[in-house]
Amino acid sequence: MTAEINNLPDADIEFRDVSKRFGDVIAVDNVSLLIKRGEFFSFLGPSGCGKTTSLRLIAGFEQPTTGGVQIGGTSVIGVPPHKRPVNMVFQHYALFPHMTVAENIGFGLRQRKPKPSRSDMDKQVDESLEMVRMSGYGNRRIWEMSGGQQQRVALARALINRPTVLLLDEPLAALDRKLRRDMQIELQTLQREVGITFILVTHDQEEALSMSDQICIMREGRVEQLGSPRELYDLPVNRYVADFVGKTNFIAGTVSQVSGGTITLETEKGMSFSGRHSPETKMLSPGDNACVAIRPELMLIGSDSESAADMNTDIALSGQIKNQIFLGEHTEYLVATDIIGDVLVLSPKYIESRHKGFGPGDRVSVGWKNEIALVLEDS
Amino acid sequence: MIDDTNAKRWLTGVLLGPTTVWFLFMLVLPLVVVAIFSFGMRSPEGGYVASFTFDQYFNLPSRLAAFKNTLSYAPLGTLASLLIAYPLAYYLAIKVNQKWKLLLLVLVIVPFWTSLLIRTYAWIFLLGGKGIPSLLEFIGIEGVRLINTPFAVIVGIIYGYLPLMVFPIYISLEKLDKRLLEAAADLGCAPARSFFQITLPLSMPGMATGCMLVFILLMGEFLIPAFLGGGKVFFIGNALVDLFLQSRNWPFGSAVAITLVIIMLVTVSLYMRLAMGKSTGQDESLM
Repeated sequence: MTAEINNLPDADIEFRDVSKRFGDVIAVDNVSLLIKRGEFFSFLGPSGCGKTTSLRLIAGFEQPTTGGVQIGGTSVIGVPPHKRPVNMVFQHYALFPHMTVAENIGFGLRQRKPKPSRSDMDKQVDESLEMVRMSGYGNRRIWEMSGGQQQRVALARALINRPTVLLLDEPLAALDRKLRRDMQIELQTLQREVGITFILVTHDQEEALSMSDQICIMREGRVEQLGSPRELYDLPVNRYVADFVGKTNFIAGTVSQVSGGTITLETEKGMSFSGRHSPETKMLSPGDNACVAIRPELMLIGSDSESAADMNTDIALSGQIKNQIFLGEHTEYLVATDIIGDVLVLSPKYIESRHKGFGPGDRVSVGWKNEIALVLEDS
Repeated sequence: MIDDTNAKRWLTGVLLGPTTVWFLFMLVLPLVVVAIFSFGMRSPEGGYVASFTFDQYFNLPSRLAAFKNTLSYAPLGTLASLLIAYPLAYYLAIKVNQKWKLLLLVLVIVPFWTSLLIRTYAWIFLLGGKGIPSLLEFIGIEGVRLINTPFAVIVGIIYGYLPLMVFPIYISLEKLDKRLLEAAADLGCAPARSFFQITLPLSMPGMATGCMLVFILLMGEFLIPAFLGGGKVFFIGNALVDLFLQSRNWPFGSAVAITLVIIMLVTVSLYMRLAMGKSTGQDESLM
């Protein structure tokens, strides 16, 4: 593993067996990972999973208890934050309230040795203001700025020293939904423009999925899975990841049979369900606890009379619609099945047109093909 | 709707009433009396004889030393208190362990539980011949005189006014967002520099408040110079005590008092304008 990492020349950030303890609490637990140059990388997980601590280890606000951190191939153990080639956008921006917008942005330049000339600094600050579309706001006070504008000032301030890596600690959490969407697009555009590594910490899976090249899903200080958004969505390693990334229906049971790529489970009630073995998951053997995971958009809904053959699926379960949410391009049904409990089905418009449409209380059939079901470790 | 605003007005009147009465009878009225006295004459046996003359004001230069002392010791004492209070407030707000914080804060105000008079007496003994000078003699430094010197007055001022300076600064440092220091470090600012670029400017409102509190009270101080200055360091406060209680020259005392009030009004309003201009604008409410 280590040799493999050494052979990669384009590693920007590297964690080697990094652990960080705060007293009895292990915030980061033996994490090894690699972030490539120019990548948009996200740490994703619920609060307390160690994602923010990981970011602070890169920024230098924390030092690992054990293990090594490298930036651009050089160990940064013991290097204080003000000597690291990375800059950070803080969660609530942490803009200096006693300085103007321009003074905030120029702060990094003023710390340089030798100090750039006055005109040089002014020029760079103006360029930065332009980059974040804030030209003409330089003399304004920080508290006169809206949340979105403060966000842009924080970005410009963090980018002015041209860091090799930009760290973003939940930068969009304080913004409303519409503005957040706009800023996501702006961040992606900005990252392509400046071409440096962006490392984002977020608990918002949608945000991570839509922006990142690579996502590291964390849980209780450990890396649960690291991969591209597509890999995480299509091939989650376990129930936790599948549950965290997108919506999923789970049927828990015990492995009864393993043959080739197909695994069969038996539920408590004695029903059997089969699915593919996810290549990312460790091999399961009979007797293991596992679950079948089926994404709602891969399920089919039909009228009560339809059998599996009618719907062209392998499984057909009957149930009753508990709730229905019309979402425009598709409709979301919550179906209480007779055998496996509540199931979420996402039905696209073109399938909806197959039948006359269902409403709450209607008896329906829910079906899926075994090949789209994944069998995952139940943890 | 109309009833509602009337009710509100009535309530405002009731709430402001006591303050207005207090303000009129305890502040405005006495000040007016003093102002009237200052244009009067002293009767041969002391007290006040009604008149309208500026004689008392023309006589002010005879107390020039008191004015000079007050106007030099008050700023000096304020500055000395600030220099000693700041590190203490910084330690309490930023460095000290959370579980000791409350105890240490209480310790700062414990001296207030006893009268200033008694505590100043204690300093007479500490600075007097049998106090610190005798200890210095013990280690071989002889002939040190502390009591009845300007130094003793400054020590007394610092001792008496330190808590008034510590608390406003403590509050402004306490609410300082620690992430601002992280942000400064992240942008390449070494810790010592970030103190001067972030911490110090953001604690300006606290320093301004503390300085004003101490300065205003020092301008009227008389106990400390009388006890620790031994008559050599004479404040306006001492002049007033002397004029009103000893020589019973009320009109001249009134003229001195009115002059002091005017000096305070001018310096404080100038100071506030200056401090306001420098503050971040967010914390103006503190002043």
